[in-house]
Order: sequence, then structure tokens, then C-alpha cells
Amino acid sequence: MPDHLVPMVEARSVRKAFGPVDVLRGVNLSVGRGEVVCIIGPSGSGKTTLLRCLNRLESIDSGRVLVDGQLVGYREGSKGRLVESTYDELRRQRQAIGMVFQRFHLFPHRTAIENVMEGPKVVLGTPDKEARARGSELLAKVGLSGRENAYPSQLSGGQQQRVAIARALAMDPKLMLFDEPTSALDPELVGEVLGVMRDLALSGMTMVVVTHEMDFAREVADRVVFMDGGVIVEEGSPSDILNDPQHPRTRSFLSRVA
Amino acid sequence: MTSAHTAEQRDSALPEEPPVLPLDPHRPLAVGRILGTLSAILVAGWLAYAVIVNPNIHWDVIVDHQFDDRVLHGLWVTIELTVLSMAIGVPIGVGVAVMQMSANPLLRSLAGAYTWFFRGTPVLVQLLFWFNLGLLFPRLELGVPFGGPKLFSVEASAVITPFVAGLLGLAINEGAYMAQIVRAGIMSVDHGQREAAESLGMSRRKVLTRIILPQAMRIIIPPTGNQFISMLKTTSLVSVIAGADLLTTVSRIYLGNFEVISMLVVASIWYLLLTTIASVGQHYIERHYSRGVHSPQRLSRRVRHNLTGNPAMGAHDA
Ligand SMILES: Nc1ncnc2c1ncn2[C@@H]1O[C@H](COP(=O)(O)OP(=O)(O)OP(=O)(O)O)[C@@H](O)[C@H]1O
Ligand SMILES: [Mg+2]
Repeated sequence: MPDHLVPMVEARSVRKAFGPVDVLRGVNLSVGRGEVVCIIGPSGSGKTTLLRCLNRLESIDSGRVLVDGQLVGYREGSKGRLVESTYDELRRQRQAIGMVFQRFHLFPHRTAIENVMEGPKVVLGTPDKEARARGSELLAKVGLSGRENAYPSQLSGGQQQRVAIARALAMDPKLMLFDEPTSALDPELVGEVLGVMRDLALSGMTMVVVTHEMDFAREVADRVVFMDGGVIVEEGSPSDILNDPQHPRTRSFLSRVA
Repeated sequence: MTSAHTAEQRDSALPEEPPVLPLDPHRPLAVGRILGTLSAILVAGWLAYAVIVNPNIHWDVIVDHQFDDRVLHGLWVTIELTVLSMAIGVPIGVGVAVMQMSANPLLRSLAGAYTWFFRGTPVLVQLLFWFNLGLLFPRLELGVPFGGPKLFSVEASAVITPFVAGLLGLAINEGAYMAQIVRAGIMSVDHGQREAAESLGMSRRKVLTRIILPQAMRIIIPPTGNQFISMLKTTSLVSVIAGADLLTTVSRIYLGNFEVISMLVVASIWYLLLTTIASVGQHYIERHYSRGVHSPQRLSRRVRHNLTGNPAMGAHDA
């Protein structure tokens, strides 16, 4: 298959259990290049777990996860078994996958710009001056010019999340994963973060976004995926899923959140 | 409370709101507290008087010996022993702590055995063991085990001087205590920090040294400062193995001049000075590592807290 036809993300029959609890029960998901996919679903349906399997923050029990045509964190072994790759192989793959967490997880002992410079400097060996210039550029892009030297504790939640987005972008990822990036924010701060994500989507970034923001999904997503009970119940265009859901579980979920 | 009120006033712009009154200055007199304070002052004053005019404390002897060359040399040995044992003990502690938290069960049990042994026996006993290592292994050898060729072989008594025995004993013992402190520090760092660093593609070593340890420092530094201060005093134990430290030196002097109490006062003055300076240093290091988090204790409070051990004074920044 030519490169541009290989999907950016491919999850095939992914299963994952935490002890006795089956959290993912055979998930199939494909995300094309430049596509924005929003994952919605009730609490405990496995959305976070699926997202974390995509950059191997979580191991999988069976199935395959490929990013850009490559298995993430595993190699194909004999008899169709997966062999864990070494940490160094995994971390090279992770450089290309940006992750934004619900609770930001900015490095509290580093200023905003140092947070953004950390990845390029430490992982890619970018010289300080270059990393700083790029850092300022990215902070400007997320609307935080002038706050370079603020520590995370001196920033609002919305500002912190925007720094976290800039930090992920500094690695020039080909894929961005967002796990409920606005659900830890005060309502009046949600808009500024969604705005940055909307711009990013328009710039052509491939994005997988777990979210409860239905308006954002309707407006920005190319596709909406509804998960429940560890499987994808229904997926399709935002208008199909959000306005005219076929599955009763989707309907009951949407009636509860609307 | 007061500032919140005034801020609300400004926001809602309600001029008819009454001004916030200062606290009533006429609080009832705390008779008990005043009596307590007075009696404490009396007792302290009487004690100080009894010491200062005590005919058995010869202040002229103290003044004469405070800067005696031998005393200064002993002081220097104490400082050397303290700094070197901490400089060796802290990295041992970090290493053992990382081993304790490793996924490898062999490393974990080795680290566990280390802390179990060295925390479970008195440091005084350990010092005597190191000093008498020659009785256990007359020659120290490095080579192929079980009778293979030797690369290196020396007389134990030639290597294990009192200073080396003291340093080994103190540093290795310190490593066991530091391991607990470092472990608590590492565990205090939110797991999300590791995940954020790993998802940038950072190597395990960089995650530890650039993200986890600097944050753990905030938790590690205060007890480490206390360890340093207590090490300044613990070095005096090497006097049992003729260690040439401050205490050993003054005791040699008083065996000659019989000025036991005066010479102990000389040593105590130096110990107090060292611990006070160390407390000031601790304050500045803590301030450095609390960047971006909170303001540390005031300096005067820190020094008082360290020297008096009054936990109530440190409680406010918990
Ligand atoms: N590390 C873990 N250990 C054990 N159980 C876990 C772990 N992580 C998640 N689970 C369980 O897996 C299930 C799915 O969790 P997950 O976080 O993926 O759900 P979610 O769809 O993201 O929910 P939410 O909307 O509340 O974030 C839940 O029942 C949860 O309790
Ligand atoms: Mg979740």
C-alpha cells in the first residue's frame, strides 16, 4: 500500500483487561491521515484505556495497534504472538505521538517555556537557543505570548492545558491524542482550549480526541465514535451520530448528556 | 478573610457596606501565659548564671583553646568526615532507592537486605566492625574468585585507617537512611509526571534525573538537611576508633590538662556553630527546590526549628 493510504492509526481487535474486568473487548478503529476523530461514551466505557493503548501507556492483551503502519511497543513474533519491544524502540515511536492529559501534567518545576523546550532539548538534542525560539513560537500559537516565564502554578487551568498542547507539539508529532482535555477546567476556560484544538485540526493534524464536548465534536470532528462497554457501538459523521443515532445505547447516552 | 471581603466590595461596588473593623485590641489578659513566661525566664536566667560564674568552667581556658591548632584540626576532620560521608551516602541512598523500586526482584531484595542490615544495627557497632575489618579479612584482594590470579592485594590494616573506617561506617550507614528518604520523595511525585515525560519519548534515565528527582527533591531536601546536621554530631562517634575528629581531639587535650568541662564547652561551641551554618545553607537549598511550588519557611524560623527541634514552628508550611 502506498504510504499516504496507510491509515495513521489502526487498532485491530484490541482487548484489554484489568484483572477480572474486561475493559476493551475487541476494538477496531482506523484513523486516516489528517482526520479528526472524537470518541464519546459513558464513564467507564474504556475511552481513556483505548487512547492510552495507542501510545502504549497501557499494554494490550491481544490484537494489534499500529501507528503510521508500525506496531506500537511490540514486534510481530512467531505463531502470531506479540513480542514487547525494548523501551528504547518504544520511546522513539512515542516521540511522534503527542499526548494531552485531562489533568495537564505539566512539569511544575519548569516554567511554561521550559516545559515546551523539555522534549526537543532532552529527547532530540535541539540546542537551547533553537528550542527556545521554537518554544516562544508555539506559546504564541496557543495564545500565551508573554507568559513564557510563568510557572504552571501561576497559570490558570486553561493556560496550563494550552502549554501542555504546545509541549506536545514541540516534538512535531504526526498524531495527537487528547484525553478529555477540558473536563478538568472551569466552564469559562473551556473555550480557549477548544479554540486551540480547532486551529490545530484546521492545520491538518491527525487527532484522536476523547471528549464530552458535543458542540466541539459536531463542529470539528470528521468522525464521531461512540463507545460503550469496551466496544465501539456506532461510528459515523458527527451529524449522523449526534443527530440521528441508530443504536439505542447511543440514543440513551446522548439524551442523558444533552 | 478580610481581603476577601474587600475584594468582594470592590467587585460588587456596594458603598453602603460597612467598613471592616480591626480586631478588638482589648483582649482579656492571659494570666497563665504571663506567669509561665516569667517563670521560664527566671529558670533560664538562673541556669545561665550558674554556668557563667561556675568556678569549674574556666572561661580563660575556653578562650585559649577555642582556636587551638589541634582543635582546629579536629574541627576540620569533623567537617571532612561529615561532608564526605554525606557525599557518599546520598548517592548510595539514591541508588538503593531506585533499586528498591525496580521491577527486578533480585535488585529489590538486595536493596531491602541493605537497608535491613544497616538500619538494624547500631552505627557504633558498624564503626567498630569496619575498624576491625583486618580481623575478618587480613588481606583485601581483588582478583578472580575461588583461587584465581590476583590483580590487587593489600594488608587490611594499611588501608583501613581510623579515618577510612569512620568514613566507610558513616557513609554506608547513611546510605541506608537516605534510601528511605529518597524513596519517599520519589513516591511523592504524581505518576502523571512520569507518563507525561515518557510520552515525549524521554529515556528512563532522563525521566528520573530531569523530571522525577528534581520534584522529589522538595520532599528529600528537608530530611536530608536534618541528616547532614545530625551527621555533624554523629561523627563524634569515631572517637571510639581514635578518629582524630573534634571530640577525639578535645578529649586528648583534657586528658593532659584535666580541663574536662571547659574542653567539652570548646567542642560544643564549634558543634553549635557548624549546625547553625548548616541550617542556613539548608534554608537556601530548600528555597531553590521549591521553585514554582510554594514559599519555604522563613530563614529565622528554619534555624530555630532545626536547633530547637520544636515541630510546631515547622508546621505552618506542611
Ligand atoms: N489502571 C487500572 N486498573 C484497574 N482498572 C482500571 C484501570 N484503569 C481503568 N480501569 C477500569 O477500566 C474501566 C474503563 O476505564 P476508562 O478510564 O478507560 O473509562 P473512560 O471511558 O475513560 O471513563 P471516563 O469517562 O470516566 O473517563 C473502568 O471500569 C475503570 O475502573
Ligand atoms: Mg477517561
